[in-house]
Amino acid sequence: MKDERVIGPVILDLQSISLSFGGVNALTNISFDVREHEIRAIIGPNGAGKSSMLNVINGVYRPQQGNIIYRGVPRKDMNTYRAARSGIARTFQNIALFKGMSVLDNIMTGRTLKIQSNFLLQALYWGPAQKEENLQREKVEQIIDFLEIQHVRKTPVGRLSYGLQKRVELGRALAAEPTILLLDEPMAGMNVEEKQDMSRFILDVNDQFGTTIVLIEHDMGVVMDISDRVVVLDYGRKIGDGTPAEVLANQDVINAYLGVSH
Amino acid sequence: MGLPGGQTLPALLLEHARIRPNMPAFREKHLGIWQTWNWLETNSEVRALACGLADQGFRRGMNLAIIGDNRPSLYWAMAAVQCLGGIPVPLYQDAPAADMAYVLENADIHFVIVEDQEQVDKVLELKSLYPGIRHVTFDDTRGMRHYHQPELISYQSLQELGRRFDAAHPEFFMREVNACQADDIAIMLYTSGTTGKPKGVCQTHAALTGRARVVAEMEALNETDVVLSYLPMAWVGDNVISYVQALVVGFTVNCPESSETVMTDLREIGPTYYFAPPRVFENILTSVMLRMEDASPTKRRMFDYFMQVAKQVGSRLLDGKQVNWSYRFLYWLGDLIIYAPLRNVMGLSRIRIAYTAGEAIGPDLLTFYRSLGVNLKQLYGSTETCAFVCIQPNGMVRPDSVGLPIPGVELMISDEGEVLVKSPGLFKQYYRNPEETRAAFTESGWFRTGDAGYFDADGHLKIIDRARDVGKLSNGHLFAPKYVENKLKFSTYIKEAVVFGNRRSYCTAIINIDSEATGNWAERRGIAYSGYTDLAAHPDVYELIAACIAQTNQTLSEDATLTHLQIHRMLILHKQFDPDDEELTRTRKIRREFVENKYEQLITAMFSDKTSQYIETQVKFEDGRQSLVCADIKIADLKVFAATGETR
Repeated sequence: MKDERVIGPVILDLQSISLSFGGVNALTNISFDVREHEIRAIIGPNGAGKSSMLNVINGVYRPQQGNIIYRGVPRKDMNTYRAARSGIARTFQNIALFKGMSVLDNIMTGRTLKIQSNFLLQALYWGPAQKEENLQREKVEQIIDFLEIQHVRKTPVGRLSYGLQKRVELGRALAAEPTILLLDEPMAGMNVEEKQDMSRFILDVNDQFGTTIVLIEHDMGVVMDISDRVVVLDYGRKIGDGTPAEVLANQDVINAYLGVSH
Repeated sequence: MGLPGGQTLPALLLEHARIRPNMPAFREKHLGIWQTWNWLETNSEVRALACGLADQGFRRGMNLAIIGDNRPSLYWAMAAVQCLGGIPVPLYQDAPAADMAYVLENADIHFVIVEDQEQVDKVLELKSLYPGIRHVTFDDTRGMRHYHQPELISYQSLQELGRRFDAAHPEFFMREVNACQADDIAIMLYTSGTTGKPKGVCQTHAALTGRARVVAEMEALNETDVVLSYLPMAWVGDNVISYVQALVVGFTVNCPESSETVMTDLREIGPTYYFAPPRVFENILTSVMLRMEDASPTKRRMFDYFMQVAKQVGSRLLDGKQVNWSYRFLYWLGDLIIYAPLRNVMGLSRIRIAYTAGEAIGPDLLTFYRSLGVNLKQLYGSTETCAFVCIQPNGMVRPDSVGLPIPGVELMISDEGEVLVKSPGLFKQYYRNPEETRAAFTESGWFRTGDAGYFDADGHLKIIDRARDVGKLSNGHLFAPKYVENKLKFSTYIKEAVVFGNRRSYCTAIINIDSEATGNWAERRGIAYSGYTDLAAHPDVYELIAACIAQTNQTLSEDATLTHLQIHRMLILHKQFDPDDEELTRTRKIRREFVENKYEQLITAMFSDKTSQYIETQVKFEDGRQSLVCADIKIADLKVFAATGETR
């Protein structure tokens, strides 16, 4: 299936990124790029700086040094709101859903930036808000259909299994119709079957919507199976970058994962 | 309004499009909203599809396989094939590849219509086993973008081809429909077969529409009735009710959104006419009971009290019998605060007629629903008899019989105790299997049902068991395993039971626990377990199940002819019975002989004085992988009661 997908030009270019918290260097001089329509994985041992990297991309952290070029334009003064506006959506390592709200409503929150009519009209369900509500609902339903979660449409998220909650979180990110989707350990804590399902959804998102995906994942099997290129971090430094096969053959990567005597 | 008079299914479809063009025919939930097709739209969908098939070279006398969940598009496929004088062959969508290949080859099938990518993959994989597949049409285009095999075409493209074909040959469709004769074969249903290879049962238009019409008149079904079709399309029950009877009467067929949403859809649709095998009613009851156990004590007490009232008078009220006014008042009150909300939760608020068939239903289960005011009745029939042989007439429902023969059906009990049938709804033949066809009839032309039964004093038919399964204990007493199994299965905690004892001195049982109910029970007691196998082996669970069986033993002891069927020893199996492991048929019936062979070690151990037995079993996963599971299974001795129940 993959060979028919066309990988486009570089959409996101990270140049010499350094980020430190006080005396701790979280990221040191890291450069890599993400091409349009590809699945890019970031791997590395615990504390390697993977989540920090993701947080830099969607504007939660501002790096002390380095440039981020998004769609050919250097990015300055990035914050989360602007990142979302510019088409970057994400999921979190620890699920961050509204537990008391239904699956439907949770995914609907992902549409926030797409809603045109104003708050008052919506509250009154009046005029253009009515038509819009239907339109948004249809989009949400398409995502529910895509992720095969019809049976829990109206169930409060807090009552769902962990695997289903992860799927709902992916749904909410998809609702924003992102250009780049950042997934922070989408398969952590899942069983084999749930991992297979999630992998299939990630591939389908990439294939059907052409969404560029940057993901962090610990399960090496999954990473090697679904990603086009992999970047490897260790102690805030980049130690490898390339196709899964290249990365697997990289001696630095092997050392970082298996340990080496100093 | 009387029922339309068409003799063939295509004729009926056209008739509905003429007399009630704007009435709803099919509904399906799409993106969370129920979409409706009226009879006129249904007619044009079918016509386009039929012409598309003709354009691809499908001709009179050919067979076409249909694989998928219940979807309007697949029911239309059935109609389209029949319009062309072909024979649709619906298959069980979860059947393994080898079984499917056998049927496709046996029926000489070149055309297949499937629901989605999953089925396309399966069919393409089958090509290595059976290369005859030439045309595969798929309904759901999702995930199909990268499939370019020459035999594939989407449902919509095929209809598009059909519309063009229809424009070029405007007289073609009607000519084909008019050429359909009432005694042409309308459909071929492969029997799931508790033994041997599946056999293709050929039913004619006349048999199907005739039987459907008689029952519709008996039950006063009309075009305002509503059904939910969620049972496999390859099963005669779904086929006769959701397709044939829908065409005969003109009522609305609703297809659920997915197999996981059936309970929600049931509530939203609120069918007036409902058909389900006993296990579905069991599942509904189990889920209600589970939720009641978590309710507050006040609610539980209220529930228990009013359920007691319902048990005493509910069925009598439903049958229109005499009940004194104080009970009438109590039942009215109970209906207000318990029964009506409960029926609503179960999606059974609007039920006029509900049938259960396919297996014997536990008497207590039937009584439970009837006492709540749900007109649940037993139906007796098989694929070979168009599903309708006996029905319990309104007001004369008894828990232990399957009712009176419906008009046109003659019944006889053979000397061996087997039920024999003559009916206008009898099948024409097993497809390309004259030997089996001959063997299915007696010399004087009666169809052998294979069920052992007898008539009670009022002429109601009672089914004891499959004739092959009925045997004798070594002390000469009757051994009817099914009867006991059904009693056992009424316990919330027991999902499946297989009883052994033929030619033995006592009876034993292999038990499958209900993982949900038992799991819930364990959680409330703070019993930790890691999965089914762990739970099944837990000593407390053994005690729980032993107590359930002891209760059954006690009721058995009260009946002189059944007291010998009490279970002396039992074990809880480490795995659930599964159709993928061939222990169950696709319709979830126990394949007794297979189970008996597979677990011979365990059964022998139960008839010895061993207290445990080690066993290794192969487990097959849905994707075809296999693995080995081993366990040391404990065997428990049970409490047995003296014949008159005096140990009480």
